[in-house]
Order: sequence, then structure tokens, then C-alpha cells
Amino acid sequence: MNKIWLIIQREFLSRVKKKSFLIATLLVPLLFPTIIGGMIYFAMEQEKNAEQRTIQLLNNSAFLKFEDSSKYKYISVEGDVDLAKKAFNESDDFAFVYIPEIDLENPEGINFYSKSSPGITLISEFERNIERQIRDVKLLNSGLSQEVLDKLKTNVDINSFNIQDGEEKKSSSELISGIGYIMGMLIYIFLFVYGAQVMQGVIEEKNSKIIEVIVSTVKPFHLMMGKVIGVASVGLFQFLIWILLSTGISMGAAAYFGVSSGQQVMMTQAMNELPQEQQMNMKDINPDVQEVFNTISDIPILKITLLFIFYFLGGYLLYGALFAAIGSAVDTPADAQQFMFPIMLPIIIGLMGLFMFVFKDPNGAVSFWLSVIPFTSPIVMMGRVGFGVPAWEIALSMVLLVAGFVFTIWLAGRIYRVGILMHGTKVNYKVLAKWFMMKH
Amino acid sequence: MELLEIKNISKSYASHKALSNVSMSIPKQSIFGLLGPNGAGKTTLIRIINQIIDPDEGSVLINGEKLNANHIKLIGYLPEERGLYKKMKVGEQLVYLGQLRGLSKKRAISQGKHWCKKLEIADWWSKKVEDLSKGMAQKIQFISTIMHEPELIILDEPFSGFDPINANLIKDEILEFKDRGATVIFSTHRMESVEQLCDHIAMIDNAEKILDGSKKEIKNTYKTNTYQVEHTGGIQLPEPLYEVHNNGISENDNALTSIRIKTNTRSNELLSELIKQTEVHSFVENIPSINDIFIAKVKGGLHE
Repeated sequence: MNKIWLIIQREFLSRVKKKSFLIATLLVPLLFPTIIGGMIYFAMEQEKNAEQRTIQLLNNSAFLKFEDSSKYKYISVEGDVDLAKKAFNESDDFAFVYIPEIDLENPEGINFYSKSSPGITLISEFERNIERQIRDVKLLNSGLSQEVLDKLKTNVDINSFNIQDGEEKKSSSELISGIGYIMGMLIYIFLFVYGAQVMQGVIEEKNSKIIEVIVSTVKPFHLMMGKVIGVASVGLFQFLIWILLSTGISMGAAAYFGVSSGQQVMMTQAMNELPQEQQMNMKDINPDVQEVFNTISDIPILKITLLFIFYFLGGYLLYGALFAAIGSAVDTPADAQQFMFPIMLPIIIGLMGLFMFVFKDPNGAVSFWLSVIPFTSPIVMMGRVGFGVPAWEIALSMVLLVAGFVFTIWLAGRIYRVGILMHGTKVNYKVLAKWFMMKH
Repeated sequence: MELLEIKNISKSYASHKALSNVSMSIPKQSIFGLLGPNGAGKTTLIRIINQIIDPDEGSVLINGEKLNANHIKLIGYLPEERGLYKKMKVGEQLVYLGQLRGLSKKRAISQGKHWCKKLEIADWWSKKVEDLSKGMAQKIQFISTIMHEPELIILDEPFSGFDPINANLIKDEILEFKDRGATVIFSTHRMESVEQLCDHIAMIDNAEKILDGSKKEIKNTYKTNTYQVEHTGGIQLPEPLYEVHNNGISENDNALTSIRIKTNTRSNELLSELIKQTEVHSFVENIPSINDIFIAKVKGGLHE
């Protein structure tokens, strides 16, 4: 046990002391928000600075009207279509729209001409606009007054709630799926980055030929576990720094914008103590801010963090051991490629499942199975927890994950102990199976 | 007094037998040569002694105790395939390896520093291994093998890849360790290095032990009672007692003759007989080199 501790220490220190670790640890938490912030900033700038585009309009219909918006300006042209088209071609304007005299029941023949492809959003925006106008005309024709028509327009904002243990909680799917997405992605990235580090480490020991000295002092299994745990502790350490950094940064940001977290809590409490009616009133004042507030305070941050640590460790142990086994079997990283695929496949399936099933239907059958099968559960379950998962499912998934990594570690250990002492052997799956069966 | 007893060890891999019923005992404070051609099973035997692999059958006793994890600190092992962590500093590396052999951190530091000073690489203590020359890296490998002052030092092909200066340095250190009571196992297929260092020898060929004993005894056993004589003038010896071969002319234009004594006539009698007949310039007994014995043994030539 003492020696495993020595190995863990060496693996941890030799990685943490590297400059690349420091750089990655400090830059990543700054990099992502910077990139996202930068993209939002540029998108907004573009929106702001976007030129008003001019659209030439040859409108022969009596009832369709187009109002200038911040994006588009309409100029009416008259006369023959072909001539107008020719004139448009010589102008600098963005598009030319021809609307013939149209039949309300069968509006056809509206053509949109532009020099560059206009994009789907623009066309469908146009279509909706025309459809709405035609509907209004039809409604008016059927005898409704303009007054009634205006009243018909309502703005609906659905409030969704989760009912769990008799408690009602407002759920905000976007925010929660955002968190699930980030957590799932983080686990996915961690599995690859640290799994690859374990493999590299094993190949390095094999290549530099120190391995035989080391295994004459410790059992190969202990060396493998020491390495796997050592690299895991690097990952956790990095994660811890990120949490501290991002908490620090967001607190700093909150302070900068004049809201301390203490104040936030007090505000929330005060809100909850107000009588129902008044609370409603206050919500009317600033419903959006209040909503984000409530959602954030409803997210069980501690629970998610603990689950993240569990699933990171579980998934990492499951895959890390397999990566170690691959590293032991090959002489160079290039040789490892052929064995990487079957290991990467379930990780990728997990990520695809996260996008394709969990966000659409977090409690569907596929989501359920992917979140209990140990090979995909670390990624998929992290995507699901925000939506509320029954306790027994989490328990089942955890038990299976533990069983899963015990199994892969056992399997990997049997290959590893033979592989590390083999040099220059041509390895394929048959050879791996032979090593696995070999008595030591 | 035996330090190590190897009893009826067998080990086979899927395709071939690596060791077949091998037994030998290694006396305390000896330099024991484990000889054999490549692929004979030497490295397998050494890995078993180092507990890297387990034998299928048989057992190894060290100081009369069955080999176990507590013995790791008694053994120092320099494998044939040897290396170091390239990115680690020399000092850190020695301390780490020393601790793996059971030294406390404090002791590992002091031992590491002591040996670096002794082998004149103390200045490199905080340099990275990748910045070292090959010779220096070899010194560090040697230090990591002996820094915990093991009772049993196992060197697998120690001189392959070592430059002559380092090889001599290491020879001297090995002899010093022996004088202080350590036992050295020395595995090699290069017989000439064994000749001068070893006092006990075992030969392995094709997974089997074919020879075992002290160097002196083995050499005596394989002596053929043949003498090389350099002389001027003819020699006439009675045929049933002696076998005479004319070996041509020496550098000094003297005749060379090899004479094998077939009976248990003593060499002095042969010499006095020769002196009567011819002028003897030199008279040397042909002692077989380990290499001769080895080749003869492997090819099945020389018989006892």
C-alpha cells in the first residue's frame, strides 16, 4: 500500500509540476467564457451594425403591405416584371420581390430574386409575414371586427413545473439542459484527456525501459492502479482549481455589477415571504430576472458537483484501466490506434445519446438505458440529473458503474502484467486474449 | 552457507518451455555467473527471483525463507532492458527508486547523494535525465541498483552497452560489495567477463541446467591433462601412455607439441622424460576456458 502511495505521488507531482498543466489549468476556465463572450459580443455588434438592406417590391396585390424594419427597407417599383428585374440587376439593392395579384384562396406566384442566396430564415420570415396578413384579411372578410382581431393576439409563456416528493419546483429546461450539456461534455473531455495520459505514461515507461526495475519492486497491478489513481487525482485537482477560479471570477463579476450573493439570498427570501399577491406583482415588475434567480437557487449545486465527481471517477477508472492495458500492449502511440476505436466507440455513443435522446426526452427508454449501462452512464447520467432522476435509477447506475470499473480493471490488469514486459511483439486481439488467459 | 536456493523450478509459456526443473544454490558472498546462450531461460529465472513472474512449479528460498514481498529490499536488480524516467531529475529519480526498494525518504536522499559523489556525478543531482550522457545514465542505473545496500545484487548482462571505463568502475564496485558480504548474480552470454569475476557458475541451455559448481572445480573436471610444450629437438613418447600432436612452429621458430597424458602419470614425470630428450622452452597445462567448456557442453563434445 505504501508503494502505491509512492507511485500515486510521483504520477501526480510529475504532471502537476509541468508548465503545460499550469497553462491548461489557468487558461481553460478563462478561455471558454472568453470565446463564448467574444462570440456573443460579435454577434451583437453585427446585429447592431448590420446595414438596413433594401428590398425592391413590385406589389400588385391590394392587401399585402410591408413595413420597414431595422433590417429591411422596402422600395416600391412599378411596371413590367422583366424590366423591374433588369433594373434590380443593375442596382445595389439586396433583393427584388414580385407579388402578383393574388387569389386569397390560392396565393401563388410570389417570387423572390436576390444576387446572393438569401438564407432560409429570411424566406420563412417573409412567408410567415404574408401568411399572417392573408389570415387577417380572411378573418376580416368573415365578419370579425378589427377590435376582436387585435384581442385575439396573445403572448403565451409556458411555466413548467416538476412535481417531486409532493413539492413543486419550477423547471427551466434551457438552463438545466445547459448544465447537463456542460457536465456531460466535461466528462467526455476528461475521459479522453486523462485516459490518453494514462496510456502515454504506460508507453513511456515501456519505451524508456524503466518498467522492469519498477515491477521488480511492486506488483504490476499496483503500478497500474497507482498510475490510474495518480492521473485521476491530477484531474480532480484541476477540476477543483477550475471550480475555485470560476467561483472567484463569478463572485468578482457579481461584485462588479453590484449584486453580492448575500443580497441575492436575502432578496429571494424576502420574495418568498411576501404574500402571494404581492409576489405576483413583483414578478410582473421583473419576471425574467426573478425567474433566472429562482432557477439558479433551485439547482442542487452540491448534489450535481458530488455526482460529477462520482461519475468522473467511475467513468475514468473504467476507461483509464483499459487505456493502461492498451498502453502496455504496444510499443508506440501509433500502434495504439487500432485498439483505441473499440474503447472510443462507447464514449462517443454516450455523447451522441446525450444530444439525440436526453435533451429531447430525458426520461425516455433510450436515455434510461444509456444512463445505467456503465460504458455510457458517466456522460449520459450527468446530462439527465438536472431534469430530475428517480433515486433508484441513480443508485442502479452507480452500482453498475462500480461493478463495471471493477470488471475492466480486472480485465486490464491481466493484460497489463504481461504486456509491459513484452517488447517488439506484434499484437492483435488474439494475442491480447492469450495474455489475458496466461497464468503468471 | 547458501543465500539463495532454487528448487525444481519450471516455467512454460504458451508456445515454449522457458525453464524445466532447474535447481541450483548460490553461496553467500560469492559472485555467481549464470551463463547460457540467448533465449536459454536466464532472464526468466532472474525474473522469478525478482518476483516479477511466478514459477509454474518449484520454489525459491532466500536465507532459508520462501521468497516474499519483504525480500524486495534485500535485492538490487539491474535488468538487461534498463532505462530511467527521462523527464525526471536525477535526484528525484534516485530517491523514488530507493523508496520503492524500501528506503525511507531521508535515507534515500543521503544514500543517493553519497553514491553520486562517489561516482563523480554529484553535480548532476538536479539535472533532468534526458540531459545526461549515456555513460552518466548508466552510472545512475547502477546507483539505483545498489543504493539500498542489497544482500543480493542481480546484474543481467551488466556490461552490454556500458563503456569500458564504466564497466571497470562497476567491476570494482561489485568486488567491493562482495568483500562487504553481498552476493552477486551475474547473468551473461559473454563468457570472457565471467572468467575473471565469478567464483561459481551455472549454465543453462534450452531451459535446462547443464552445469553447476565452483569455477575451480568445473575447470578441473574439464581438464584433459593436456600440456603444451615449446621445444627444440624431437620427442619420442610411448604410445599407450601419451597422445602426441605436432602443432607446428612457434613465433621463436621452436617446435610446438601438445601432449595428453592418458594414464594417471603426473606432469613432473612427463617433464623429466621430456628434459632428457629435448630442450624445453615452455611447459603449460591446457586449462579449458569457460568458453571452451560452454561450447563443448552445448554441442555435447567434451565428456567427463
